[in-house]
Order: sequence, then C-alpha cells, then structure tokens
Amino acid sequence: MDIEKFAAENGLKRVGARPSFLAYLKESWAKREFAVALATFTNASQNAQNRLGRWWLILTPALQGGMYGIIFGFIMGTANRPQHFIEYLFCGVFLFSFMQQSFTSGATSITGNAGLVKSLSFPRVLLPFSAAIQQFINLIPQIGLLLVTLLLFGNPITWQWLLFITAICLMLLFGIGSAMFAARLTVQFADLNQLLPFVFRLIFYSSGIFYSVENILSKYPIAYEIMKFNPYSSFLTLARGLLIRDYSVTATTWWLCAGWAVFLPLVSVVLFWAVEERHGRED
Amino acid sequence: MAAKTKKTVAETRKPVVIVDNAHIIYKVFGTGRQVTGRLAKGGLLTKKLRYREVHAIKGVSFTIYEGETVGIIGSNGSGKSSLMRAIAGLTSLRSGSVFAFARPTLLGVGAVLLPALSGEKNIVLGGLAMGYSKKEITDKVHEITEFAGITEFIDLPMRTYSSGMSARLRFAIAASKIHDILIVDEALSVGDQNFRMKSEARMREMRDQAGTVFLVSHSMKSILDTCTRVIWIEKGDLKADGDPQEVIDAYNAFTESSTID
Repeated sequence: MDIEKFAAENGLKRVGARPSFLAYLKESWAKREFAVALATFTNASQNAQNRLGRWWLILTPALQGGMYGIIFGFIMGTANRPQHFIEYLFCGVFLFSFMQQSFTSGATSITGNAGLVKSLSFPRVLLPFSAAIQQFINLIPQIGLLLVTLLLFGNPITWQWLLFITAICLMLLFGIGSAMFAARLTVQFADLNQLLPFVFRLIFYSSGIFYSVENILSKYPIAYEIMKFNPYSSFLTLARGLLIRDYSVTATTWWLCAGWAVFLPLVSVVLFWAVEERHGRED
Repeated sequence: MAAKTKKTVAETRKPVVIVDNAHIIYKVFGTGRQVTGRLAKGGLLTKKLRYREVHAIKGVSFTIYEGETVGIIGSNGSGKSSLMRAIAGLTSLRSGSVFAFARPTLLGVGAVLLPALSGEKNIVLGGLAMGYSKKEITDKVHEITEFAGITEFIDLPMRTYSSGMSARLRFAIAASKIHDILIVDEALSVGDQNFRMKSEARMREMRDQAGTVFLVSHSMKSILDTCTRVIWIEKGDLKADGDPQEVIDAYNAFTESSTID
C-alpha cells in the first residue's frame, strides 16, 4: 500500500514540513504575546543583575555619547564638527545603537534561546522579532534622555516632533527586519557572529555618527550619492532633521527610510520562513 | 456506531502517527577523523570539515492508532530519543518519512526553558508559546505550580531548581494542555514517587481524551502502568512491537543474557 496515500486519506500530514507562508504568518500573529512577554521578561532579568539595574539603559548610551564626543569633538579637533554637535552626536549614538543591537541580538536569537527551541514548538521567527522588541523597549528611556538633551540645548518643541513618532515606528520596523535578516544569515553562515563587530565598526564610522557625511564627502559627489542609500545614515538624517534646529528633512530621506522599513521585514520574513525547518536543528 | 464496530479492527482504528522506513544519520563534526577523497577538498563557504557519520536509526516503521499510549524502551544510546525527536520534527530524516495527525509536542530531558527567569515567568512563556492567551495562562499559573509541587520556589530563577524540580515544572506546563500527540522522553525519570504517580495519572487522562502519548522510560513499571503498546528499539533497529508485557519480558530476557555474557 502506498503509505503517502494512506496517510493523506486519514488526514495525516508530513512532520517537519513547513506550513504555507500565510499559515505561518497567522500562527506568528496568534502567538505575538509570547514574543512580547519574552522581550520584557528577558529585559527585566538582565537589568536585575546589576546594582544600578535599569539605570544602565540610560547610563551606557550617555557614557558612550560622552566618550565619542570628547574624542572626536574636542581631542581630535573641532574642524569637522557638525552644527549643534552634542544633539547631533546623541541622536546618532542612541539611534544607531538601537539599530545595531537589533541586528546583533537577532543574529544570536535562535542559538541564545536553545532551551525554548528544544522544548516548545512555535514559529521561530518570533525569536528575532522578540529580540528587536527587546531592543526597542531599551530605546524608549534613551529617547526620553535625547529629548531632554535637546531641550537643555535650546531646541524648540515643534510640530515635527510628532513626525518623529512616525520616524521611530519606521525605525522599529527596520529593526525587526534587521533582526530577522540576521537570524536568517546565521543559518547559512554561523561564523557571522564573529564578523559582526567589525562590520558594525565599519558601518558606525561611515554612517556619520559624530561627523556630517555631507561635509566630509562634499568633494566626492558620487560617494555622497552612494552613502545616501546606507539605511543607517538615512535614519539618522531623518531623526536629526525632525528634532534638531537648523536641520531639515528631504522627501528623498522619507522615501528611503519608508522603503527600508517596509522592504527589509517583508523580504526577511519570507527568507526566514523558507528555512523554518532548519532553525534550531542539531544535525 | 454499531455498524462501525462490526468492521475489522484495522479498518476502524484511525492512524495518528505513521513512521515509514525512517533512517537518521548524524554528521558529527570535530571528531578529528580525517575525511579523505572528494570530501577532503572544499572551500570555506562549502564547509567541508572533518566529520564522521553515526547511523542512529536504521529503517524503523510502525503505525500508531488513536487512543494508544506507546512505551518506547531500549538500552542507552539505542536511538530512542533520536526517533522521538524525528517524530516531533526536530531532527531531519536521511530517508523515509513521518506522518502525524497533529504537530507532536516533545517533552525532553534536560531542556530548561529560560534559566534566568523565575518559574512563574517560565510558565507564562511556555503557555503563550503553546497557544494560550495571556489571560488564560495567568489563570492557570497557580494550578500548574500546584501540580509541579514547587509553590514555595515559584519566584526563584529556574537555574536554581534541582533537575527534579525543573523536570516537574516542564511536565506540568506541557500537561496543562490536552495535546493531540505528546512525547515524554525520560522527562519523568528524575521525579519522585509521588510525582510519578501524579504524572502517570495525567497521561492516562490525556489518553482518555483521545490524545496519543509516547513515553520513553527505563522504568518498566511506569511503562506497564500507563502504556497499551510497547516498542523496543535496539541499536537503531526495531526489535519488537506489541503487547507491553510480552515486549518487556523479551527485553528483560535480552538484557539479562547480555549481562551474563
């Protein structure tokens, strides 16, 4: 007797076969509370291990911003300093670290939760999703600190601050997309985690965190045009244009950011689903 | 219903799991064994490393019907866990296939959920992942804690639990829901007598509600108390499959003869 036919007649499905893309999305959506709970619980347990607890969520980026500010804004000379340097720098450091952390924590989200993967069945895409949500929760107090800094340095509250909420939503989508993309890449290429620090160091120095890409590359228009497509640089330009006085946002920047925010999660989730059976496999 | 019972057994019993000529072969890297020939070549991206192959399951076939509780026995390293992982879809087969009525849930030994989180948070996460809503699982936390018998330790991180405690908690979480197919892989062996009886009662309850349970255990008493059918796996081969008492007798005779040698 044909086993396959016999199984189908009795309503049996092949184990380990991946569900259809729509069914996969549907189950992921149904279990979204799991991803959010995982993000908040993990955050809480990480913060509980230090004496200063969740204050480090603000202290770390503030120290980082201060350090880069002193080295690149004062010690290395003030010639290339963009306008309103402190606001410019804080905006860059805080938002960049969110986007970077989304990617790097997404890359380890499957291996880092081996216990969950081994004992429970759920759409694995929820793990990188949860990693990005976790980073986003960490970003919220930093945004508070950023806004306070902006006010202290005399930036007026404008209606554009409302648009900043939209920009943050786009950034969250981009973060979720990065995390899924990173998780997908590590399936193919486990050595990625070793390379990531260098890749992000490169992106960090080329995305204009403490200098203005426009000023530095003004003599190289082609390089400047290429740099515009660097999503990290685009998102920073967008945020600065909305928040800091004397900076503005072009429609191109909005389109680029929106494009990344839609394109990256969509492509990543499809790529991730395509190898769903391989996530967390031990063979 | 009356008409149905007149048919032969094979026609009326509904299959829930079919394992058809399953082969599991692991590639184990980093054993230091030199691979020669074609495999020795290969660049960084094609990832040809030194490895050896372990043939864990060598062509096993069986069909499990609705309402059966299946005991899986065999000596250590005979491939029981590999087979269970394959049924749960966590290990891929080299050849052959596994069909199931629903996605099987595997409750394995040693798999801690999130060691840094408290027992309570692990219950919530486990419940949400199994498809409960936030409210449903919050209502069940107390019941699950009671069943696991760890009420006074529920707010401690799971890494502080003994192996028995965490096994009990994991079983309690998984058993809070009626699964169509539940695989319990030695997860109860570390539990004490009292918990063993409780969990066996729970498994029988699950069977009565049309769930299928696989129980991997070295405790023949557990198997006899809960199972309606026993499969004996030895060195990757299916050695026997049938009535619990008969298969266990054969297994005991086999192990005794091999220890005398």
